[in-house]
Amino acid sequence: MKRFQYTIKDPAGLHARPAGLLVQEAQKFGCAVKLARGEKSADLKRLFAVMGMNVKCGETVEVTAQGDDETAAVQALEAFFQAHF
Amino acid sequence: MTVLHGEGVSRGVASGKLRFLSRNAQAQPRREAADPEAEAARFDKARGEAIVQLAQLYVETRARLGEEQSLLFKIHQMMLEDLDYRETVTGLIRSEKVCAEYAVDQAAAQFSAMFTQMDDRYMRERAADVLDVSRRVIRLLTGREDDALMEAEPAIIAADDLAPSETARLDRERVLAFITAKGSASSHTAIFARTMGIPAVVGLGDSLLEAYSGREVFVDGTSGEVYVEPDAETVAGLQRRRAAEDERRSYLERFRGREAAAPDGRRVLVCANIGSPADLGAALTGDADGVGLFRSEFLYLGRDDFPSEEDQYRAYREAVEAMGGRTVVVRTLDIGADKQADYFRLPREENPAMGMRAIRICLTRPQVFLTQLRALYRASAHGKLAIMFPMITSVAEVRRIKEICAQARRELEAEGKPFDGHAELGIMIETPAAAVISDLLAREVDFFSIGTNDLTQYTLAADRQNAAIEPFCDRHHEAVLRLIRTTVENAHGAGIWAGICGELAADAALTDIFLDMGVDELSMTPGSILEIKARILDR
Repeated sequence: MKRFQYTIKDPAGLHARPAGLLVQEAQKFGCAVKLARGEKSADLKRLFAVMGMNVKCGETVEVTAQGDDETAAVQALEAFFQAHF
Repeated sequence: MTVLHGEGVSRGVASGKLRFLSRNAQAQPRREAADPEAEAARFDKARGEAIVQLAQLYVETRARLGEEQSLLFKIHQMMLEDLDYRETVTGLIRSEKVCAEYAVDQAAAQFSAMFTQMDDRYMRERAADVLDVSRRVIRLLTGREDDALMEAEPAIIAADDLAPSETARLDRERVLAFITAKGSASSHTAIFARTMGIPAVVGLGDSLLEAYSGREVFVDGTSGEVYVEPDAETVAGLQRRRAAEDERRSYLERFRGREAAAPDGRRVLVCANIGSPADLGAALTGDADGVGLFRSEFLYLGRDDFPSEEDQYRAYREAVEAMGGRTVVVRTLDIGADKQADYFRLPREENPAMGMRAIRICLTRPQVFLTQLRALYRASAHGKLAIMFPMITSVAEVRRIKEICAQARRELEAEGKPFDGHAELGIMIETPAAAVISDLLAREVDFFSIGTNDLTQYTLAADRQNAAIEPFCDRHHEAVLRLIRTTVENAHGAGIWAGICGELAADAALTDIFLDMGVDELSMTPGSILEIKARILDR
């Protein structure tokens, strides 16, 4: 299992369109990908679940990937977070 | 007779029956399904068709109104592709043995409730998106369009507000005017109405009652007034207004094809601002003396990677060839701030209007810049092309730009590709810094074009996206006018020309002042060109 943490810097938080692109990015990988904030977590391949987390600016999230391509997934997703959030 | 007062956001007058677009979707009746698997298959088929429709809407809307207005359709597609949404619908169909329409309706209510309960205004608004996209699937399942959109008789369309998905479905020929309770001059409805040339009044508030549906109304898109069941006297007055509008149009036609000259006999070019080659037709029918601002962002937005030199070359060449000898001023990429493309991987900024945008990106990533410059120079072989650089603040920037331009010319020369070595190079004057040192900048370039939108926002420290501070943003502020005068004087002092390509260029109240300053060119939305030519010539 691979993981990384990221603190959201975008004042709008994880809002709809970038969240949608994030979900699309996650769907490119075969491994299971999860987004967690404290106790709450969501499947990163599901848009409504991710939007339902209502992640805001300044909050820290953890992304975990488990499966064959977990290393590539974590790398791509971390770069995506840095570029968009 | 009742008179309602709103904000006129798209000129013109119209009269006809009012048709209210009710926003309350009808609840779908619960019907038992004998064969749940067949219902699940019906849902999947309708969902697939909806996704295809949304993809088409995205492409059409982007071409007509730009990336910003079309993004919503991307989000709608993603919602329909979401596993939770699909599983909720098919789960209901299978567990409760109900028809697909009912299951979609229930799932929509469930997901929109999730958003409605959030503490974030932006997220609460997404509830409307879930309902909108679900209604689309239900329409496909039932085969029934919304009644108000389908009526054959042309009408004045009234609504609380209009969603982009609704305006896109409306048949232009059947819409006489738009009137809405909400909205502002920058809302989707207003932009759509202006683009389509339909009169529109927004912001009518609670005075717009559904009870007016079916009544005779008269809409004045200039004054922002809406007359419900106007009396005979008012109708006569409004008919005269409409006749006056028609007369105004034929009056303006008298100036078509004529050269505008200032009182001292000096020629003043009245040019068009365009956003893509699709606007060239409007520039030509608008009687443009040239293109004063060709925004090149359309090449970069709404795609997944940088546009190739070849793609860019074709677009610029199309423009110079269409304008046949008249100058086309192309502004190099002005991405950043409100206009973003994901593949640029621009970091988020606290204050994007003052951040990494426009020429700052080009100078940070010279390879991206060089590709655009090579394409521009190659197109210069086919007509009269000028290159303009945005967001300049210093002489050093201009010198660096000129070095990269020289590099592009050297490369093309070495490759034996033709280009116009005398293509003019100019800069936008849109920061107070550039206006103040315009005497120094004038020695470096062939022309100035004053971008009054940004110049006003930076000079008055007033964010133009923020409607709340509009009262503090005096478009005719003396500080802005002085900076324009300084810039034009400094241009002429160095023997170069100066134009204006911001919204003020089309402001007839300032035309005399600009002529007095000695402005050489005014560039504006194509629909305003004849108005301004008339203002200059008919004195």
